[in-house]
Amino acid sequence: MPYSITVNGAVREVDVDPDTPLLWVIRDNLGLTGTKFGCGVAQCGACTVHVDGQPRRSCALPVSRLGNRQVTTIEGADGPEAKAVQAAWAARDVPQCGYCQSGQVMSAIALLREVKKPDDKAIDLAMNGNICRCATYVRIRAAIHDAAKALEA
Amino acid sequence: MSGSRLALGLAAVAAVTIGAASVRTGAATPEVGLRSVEDFAGIENKRERSLALFAEVGKVIQHPRCLNCHPAGERPSQGDAMTPHNPWVVRGTDGFGAPGMRCATCHSEANFDPARIPGAPKWHLAPIEMAWQGKSLGEICRQIKDHRRNGGMDMARLIHHMGEDELVGWGWHPGAGRTPAPGTQKQFGELFKAWTESGTACPKA
Amino acid sequence: MGYESTGLSRREALSTAGALVIGLSLPFGGARAQGAPQAGPVDPNAFIRIGADDSVTVICKHIEMGQGPYTGLATLVAEELDADWAQVRAESAPADAKIYANFNFGVIQGTGGSSAMANSYDQLRHAGAAARAMLVLAAAQSWGVQPATLSVEKGVIRHAPSGREARFGQFAAAAGRLPVPPKVTLKDPASFRLIGQDRKVSRLDSVAKSNGSARFTIDMAAPGMLTVVVARPPCFGAKLASFDAAEALKVKGVVAVKPLSSGVAVYADGMWPALKGRGKLVARWDESAAERRGSEEMVEAWRGLAGTAGTVVNSHGDVDAALGQGDLVEAEYIFPYLAHAPMEPLDGYIEWDGKRANARFGSQIQTLDQATIAKVLGIAPQAVSIETLLAGGSFGRRAQGNAHLASELAEAAKAIGPGRPVKLVWTREDDIMGGHYRPLFVHRLRGSVKDGAIAGWSNTIVGQSFIKGSPFEAMMKDGIDPTMSEGASEIFYRTGAFRCDVHIAQSPVTTLWWRSVGHTHTGYAVECFIDQLLEKAGQDPVAGRLALMDNSRAAGVLKAVAELAGWNGPGPVNGRARGVAVVESFRSFVAQIAEVSKGADGLPKVHKIWCAVDVGVAINPDVVRAQVEGGIGFGLGHALFAEVPLEAGIPAVANFDKYRSLRIHEMPEVEVVIVKSSEAPTGIGEPGLPPTAPAVANAMARLGLGRPSRLPFVRVA
Repeated sequence: MPYSITVNGAVREVDVDPDTPLLWVIRDNLGLTGTKFGCGVAQCGACTVHVDGQPRRSCALPVSRLGNRQVTTIEGADGPEAKAVQAAWAARDVPQCGYCQSGQVMSAIALLREVKKPDDKAIDLAMNGNICRCATYVRIRAAIHDAAKALEA
Repeated sequence: MSGSRLALGLAAVAAVTIGAASVRTGAATPEVGLRSVEDFAGIENKRERSLALFAEVGKVIQHPRCLNCHPAGERPSQGDAMTPHNPWVVRGTDGFGAPGMRCATCHSEANFDPARIPGAPKWHLAPIEMAWQGKSLGEICRQIKDHRRNGGMDMARLIHHMGEDELVGWGWHPGAGRTPAPGTQKQFGELFKAWTESGTACPKA
Repeated sequence: MGYESTGLSRREALSTAGALVIGLSLPFGGARAQGAPQAGPVDPNAFIRIGADDSVTVICKHIEMGQGPYTGLATLVAEELDADWAQVRAESAPADAKIYANFNFGVIQGTGGSSAMANSYDQLRHAGAAARAMLVLAAAQSWGVQPATLSVEKGVIRHAPSGREARFGQFAAAAGRLPVPPKVTLKDPASFRLIGQDRKVSRLDSVAKSNGSARFTIDMAAPGMLTVVVARPPCFGAKLASFDAAEALKVKGVVAVKPLSSGVAVYADGMWPALKGRGKLVARWDESAAERRGSEEMVEAWRGLAGTAGTVVNSHGDVDAALGQGDLVEAEYIFPYLAHAPMEPLDGYIEWDGKRANARFGSQIQTLDQATIAKVLGIAPQAVSIETLLAGGSFGRRAQGNAHLASELAEAAKAIGPGRPVKLVWTREDDIMGGHYRPLFVHRLRGSVKDGAIAGWSNTIVGQSFIKGSPFEAMMKDGIDPTMSEGASEIFYRTGAFRCDVHIAQSPVTTLWWRSVGHTHTGYAVECFIDQLLEKAGQDPVAGRLALMDNSRAAGVLKAVAELAGWNGPGPVNGRARGVAVVESFRSFVAQIAEVSKGADGLPKVHKIWCAVDVGVAINPDVVRAQVEGGIGFGLGHALFAEVPLEAGIPAVANFDKYRSLRIHEMPEVEVVIVKSSEAPTGIGEPGLPPTAPAVANAMARLGLGRPSRLPFVRVA
């Protein structure tokens, strides 16, 4: 089936089965590999993208249900929150293996767009869907607080 | 199967289909039906008929498909075993989750069986005043009749909610690995409507 | 040391190293053929490339899978080179055991046993110092001055008397034409400006891993590449009997279906069609030799063995007599099969033209992987190049004695034929159900307390050996696999009579080392049991341990953590109890104190973990802290939640919904102190893990929850 989808502001044409998860369209058809496969069942969050600004697990969203909604991947993440989060991530040396971090960063950006100064519970609620097997959680939490502070300034 | 066993001279040969998500799901309980409204016509006493109708309605209301999203706390449960929803998600201010972790982060407007993710339009949690978990059927019954604890619905809207609402209807089409609510939504709606017409009696317990 | 023993001429360096050199790319390893002897000066050309743009690229022989070697190895070079950290880069070394061997493994290139920094510390400092000397000499010759009159600071070579200065790039080419100095002087550690300095050196891979640009194996792509998923047997020890691919081949995008020795490979033009194709495949398996027991039956069998005498690993004194005196204390600890479940499931990419192969993946033991690919494809190891990519975690999973991933990858390439690039991907279900687990272990412990002292200690260990029959079998002596009892066969504590014996249990279930290896279970068994004996003897957990210890480094971290946490007994105080544990693993010493309460759900809630580590010289303190934080999280998550139970031989969990991983809200606060040391550096990728579970369990005992005798603590019936 041909689909016309908008990813990172550009309209892209793909010809895939309707049940193809957005994840594999992004990775295999569009070559945007920052979005990662971790579980395929929306348990780990490595595949998190934004759909109309809201975080979505792209492994659990078939392309046929996307419609004309706007997809943003880690490659297209932009704006003050994205910059603050990525700067905080690097400054804190958050990543270890790094494989889950695209998803972590996308979830953190979405949180900070809605909650300017998240407390620890808000961070827990927004981020607990993103598994990090290296357990970089201490630094993820600290970096989100850093980013919020930087955005406030 | 036996052919290949003989050909290979092997003791045991099993056939297995490996799926994209080859996962064992909870043992599905045998499909349970609902009795129809007519089955209750023979009950002369109106109050007794009403109570019987509500007991039948309760088979749906107290089914995991409904209870999971009517939690008593902030966190829903999931699956036939009604384990706490993992990841940790909460109702949030509007029933649609917390900032950064909305229900729609994972759930779309329909089931997606390849990822074993259920979905329906407006997938969300019932408000806290409509919590059913941990309550007896009698308590739930009185709650349903209470405007302050039923989403401000009158009986007409309640009848529509039970019999027509798409999210409620998902309970009978929950996707692979989840036992559907008994009967059909149509039967359930008719039973509920019959109960409202029979005096909306509530069990004591 | 040996680096100064023989000279390597420049010609030899060029002919064997294909010249590195400053400014050139290294060829893939096979081309290096029979080359440099092990001993000799470190050829900086093999480890350092300096570009005309002043960039300093450090060629890393160890895989970066999160534990930080790219940053650590580059720090060693940059220190001795006096490089500008902003110009430093890291790059993976090609597979070439002659140059890039892990000295802990012999002539094998590989990473494991928390040895990356320890075995590179001298080597890369020598490389950096040699490169510095060559740059200085080149500058001195160009400027017509004595080398001794030059200084180097932050990537700038300076001749103070004349005021001349230059950056590295200016003399990189000239330096590359100079001979490698046979002997170099290393810095006095007192003058280190990068090694051991906190937050002076940021991780080289942080930015790329925060913006999605870091490339992992799963990100490989090439024109005409096929994605491969494999249907593998449902239970361990089963083999493919036959298959029917008709329906699979009807799936749009599926190109081919081929049998491999591991199962049936489905080739497609993307991951989704490959998965759909596999879903339509019908495979029949010969299960005649398969494991059909469930975990419960295996536990019972292992327990039975634990009641009998095993092969004695270590003993002194008359244990049986000692156990007959005083109060007998008994304990049994049962540890489940565990999957490593790195975030990036196993995967690999390979190109093969019939003569040469180029594999790109997170190869952790390059030498074994290279030899295996060569064997499968029927070519010489020199014809196989391996580009080691960033790996999305490993925790031991990618260090495969049987090289089963490399083997499957090469078989997939061979089955489809030359000229088709292939990317093999495991799904999470393949990963968690796919074996190579931390083995199921049972420990039986008996001890006696007499007159407030420990009079005897007996520990019988039962589990499978993944060393026996592997390329690492040489580690075994007298039939004993040391990884099964490490941490239990010698303990810190004076216990009177002592005995540790082991039984090797048999099963077709595949097993493998898992972050911290034997210490995953021995650390728990020993530290829980000593705590229990001390409690029986009426001793404080910290003071009681210290009184029985002779090892000053173990005592050092224990005292340090007690001070850090303000230890004042185990409590509980205000509903919170504290537990302690101290474990030496991979020559590093780690002590932890856990503060735990009983949560509303009745489950243990871990609030904070204090940790003291002694890793010798901490090359990068912040990476050490990160590894401790991660080790604690990994250890705690598995202790609380993780188990791969088998039912009739089949794993009953398949993904993170039931193989539960620690999530952010379950992560305790962590505070780390690094004990100052001038000892040679030791590892920290693994040692942060072992004390966590026993420290939590010991706190649970003080809360009335008991020390769990069966892991994980939270078990779903």
